[in-house]
Amino acid sequence: MIPLSWYIALSVLMFSIGVLGVLIRRNVIIIFMCIELILNSVNIAMVAFAHYLNSVRGQIFVLFIMTVAAAEAAIGLAIIIAMYRNKETLNTSDINIMKW
Amino acid sequence: MILQVAFIYFAAVTVFSALMVITRKNPVHCALYMLAVFTHVAGLFVLLDAEFVAAVQVLVYAGAILVLFLFVIMLFRGDGMKDKARFVSGWPIVAPIAIALMGLLMSILMHSGFSGAQGSYTIEAVRSAGNSQVIGMALYTDYLFPFEIASVILLVAMVGAIVLAKKKAD
Repeated sequence: MIPLSWYIALSVLMFSIGVLGVLIRRNVIIIFMCIELILNSVNIAMVAFAHYLNSVRGQIFVLFIMTVAAAEAAIGLAIIIAMYRNKETLNTSDINIMKW
Repeated sequence: MILQVAFIYFAAVTVFSALMVITRKNPVHCALYMLAVFTHVAGLFVLLDAEFVAAVQVLVYAGAILVLFLFVIMLFRGDGMKDKARFVSGWPIVAPIAIALMGLLMSILMHSGFSGAQGSYTIEAVRSAGNSQVIGMALYTDYLFPFEIASVILLVAMVGAIVLAKKKAD
């Protein structure tokens, strides 16, 4: 039997890697992938808790998280395409017209 | 024993591939490492007796979202980066903050006891009824309204993506 804390530790580790990626990368697409990493780490925690509490609720929530992730990926990539059409760049350092 | 070995394998590959995603330069390589992350997370779901979620993970994440990413990457000339630096200039300052966040979350979660009300879906009960059947029953009875809202979200996302990515007719 695998302890629940192993899954939680893995989830935290993956969440932090995702946060680190969002903070340090310049490429918008890779920042987007890191958001997917963060959502996936939450899914691991959800399913792990569902398993150890004998509940099915966590698995249902994972399905909803996946729905939102798919919607978010479609909208976000469309925004990136629209942005590239206007600015010809994916670099977050070049997207600074709102910078004060 | 075999379960622990399997967990360690899946966890190690997941973490390694996640680190590769945030460090590789070429977005296509990052997308392929994401594929490794998604499939190994699906393996973890199988270890947790969540076969349906594992299948949906492979279908939706590896099958749909990742292909969408690869298609969008292919639309850009080169990698779309005029400045060749892959990290922001302040990354040596930012990285310890993320590591401190990890330490904080770890210390909070490891020192809190995970106790809660035990549900009625024990592993044996779910296995005898079938994982997909149990999820389907819960989804179409207790969670029918959220399920309908999810379908509306997908419709809005579909329309929104088409409107945003379409060229202006001029």
